[in-house]
Amino acid sequence: MTTPMIDIDTVTKYFGDKLVLDRVSLRVDPHEVVCLIGASGSGKSTLLRCVNRLVDHDYGVIRLDGVPVDDPAFGKTGLQKRAGIVFQSYNLFPHMNVLDNITLAPRRVHGQSRAEAEDRGREVLARFGMAGFAASYPEQLSGGQQQRVAIARALMTRPDVLLLDEITAALDPELVGEVLAIIRGLKDEGMTMMIVTHEMGFARDCADRVAFLDGGVILEQDTPDRLFGAPKEARTKAFLQRIIASGRL
Amino acid sequence: MTNRPVAAPHGAANDPTRRGPPPPPPRRGFDWKAAAAPTAIGLFSFVVVFGLIGWTVTSAEQWPRIKLQFFNLDAMVAAFPRVLQGFWVNMQVWLTVLACVLVWALVLAVVRSLRAPWCAPFRLMVVIYIDIFRGVPALLLVLLFGFGIPALNLPGLPNSGLFWGGVAMVLSYAAYVAEIYRSGIDAVHQGQRAAAKSLGLSEWQTLRYAILPQALRNVVPALMNIVVALQKDVALLSVIGVRDAVREAQIYTASTFNYSSLIVAAGLFLLATIPMARLADYLTRRDRERRLQIAG
Repeated sequence: MTTPMIDIDTVTKYFGDKLVLDRVSLRVDPHEVVCLIGASGSGKSTLLRCVNRLVDHDYGVIRLDGVPVDDPAFGKTGLQKRAGIVFQSYNLFPHMNVLDNITLAPRRVHGQSRAEAEDRGREVLARFGMAGFAASYPEQLSGGQQQRVAIARALMTRPDVLLLDEITAALDPELVGEVLAIIRGLKDEGMTMMIVTHEMGFARDCADRVAFLDGGVILEQDTPDRLFGAPKEARTKAFLQRIIASGRL
Repeated sequence: MTNRPVAAPHGAANDPTRRGPPPPPPRRGFDWKAAAAPTAIGLFSFVVVFGLIGWTVTSAEQWPRIKLQFFNLDAMVAAFPRVLQGFWVNMQVWLTVLACVLVWALVLAVVRSLRAPWCAPFRLMVVIYIDIFRGVPALLLVLLFGFGIPALNLPGLPNSGLFWGGVAMVLSYAAYVAEIYRSGIDAVHQGQRAAAKSLGLSEWQTLRYAILPQALRNVVPALMNIVVALQKDVALLSVIGVRDAVREAQIYTASTFNYSSLIVAAGLFLLATIPMARLADYLTRRDRERRLQIAG
């Protein structure tokens, strides 16, 4: 049995008195793509953020490649280097141009020289069709372009894992495709990804496994064909029916 | 030539032979005819209102005495060189104090916003500092520092009232400006902190590279108001004998019992503060437009 890339082991998280994750366990193998689906407030984004410690969980263990994420072995920035995250609202730094946005962490955190970081930066931008925008500022770009830059920023340190937090939810419908195409490309290259999404069509096409969260619990996880085709739990069925009713599957 | 119809503002949209969209409607120039009546009424109203005020004031029994006391041209001309010289002191002190305030307040705001546990005592110190120096009148601080500290004859420290009065102004104003900076820091979206943290930036790096540049841009309009207020509050230093515009005007008043010199000083202050206030308005408006653009 290989070591899972992400191993979430009976993790519990409270916000104050509110239980947001209740003994959640989930493993993501190397090169696997796992989608988390569920209603708003089901805890899927929180679970994602526990993996790179944007949120610290209260009980249980989360291991990245076999090492607990709060292990001193990661040092101050090792975890962030190995697990990149992309947010719903891009969260690019508005006062910096595209190239400065994506080279900030390599230069200031990981000690790369400006030339080294910018070479890598231009390479990553070119891959995502953003080569011509290195000197642009985020507000001059479309949502889809900003999200491509945000993905580029997360990939600068060559992470082992990419965490995606509803990255298409803020986009105009016609821009969703260009971002999802990039994620498919990353999957083909073997990137391990944990994806919180409302794009059920995308989850069905792209995920190796889909996990349905409800009220802080993973109710059901399976291959997309089985989970979308023949959900076992009544709540999963109800959720999927609502999605179908709204025309999103 | 093309077969495009020549400009036909009326009915072009309905012209069935026309291809493409109708042309933009003709721009309307300023319509003198329509504006004539309102302009005339406005002017008339101005003349009547200000004429009445002017007539009432100047026909008052006391007006000649008021004019002699406050608007005596000879006294103004006589006092002007000294008052101007004093005003130059005001401007120098203003710029020096302003520079110190902006830097010192930034230090205070940064310390207050650091969340690391070991910073807790420093955070508390800043809170106490702001409470004290915002709660005590600037005039009192100026008196306390400007007269009190030079009287101690501390070895190795400057002994001039100007220096210590300036220090008092810096300490007082920095308390306000630190709060403005802090509101700017708090106004930066939480997502920016999350992004910086997820990239591995330390708390200090997050502030330095992600938060502060945005925060400072946010608070420029609010800071401009402080800049204008400080420009005239520098005159507080006149109470400890600094020979600024107000002091010079007072000296003249004391020997002639004529207050026109103070009017000269007031004029000089207005000359300096009104453009600054307009600049502040302009920056505020530009800032609001920028935000609306982003939001839209």
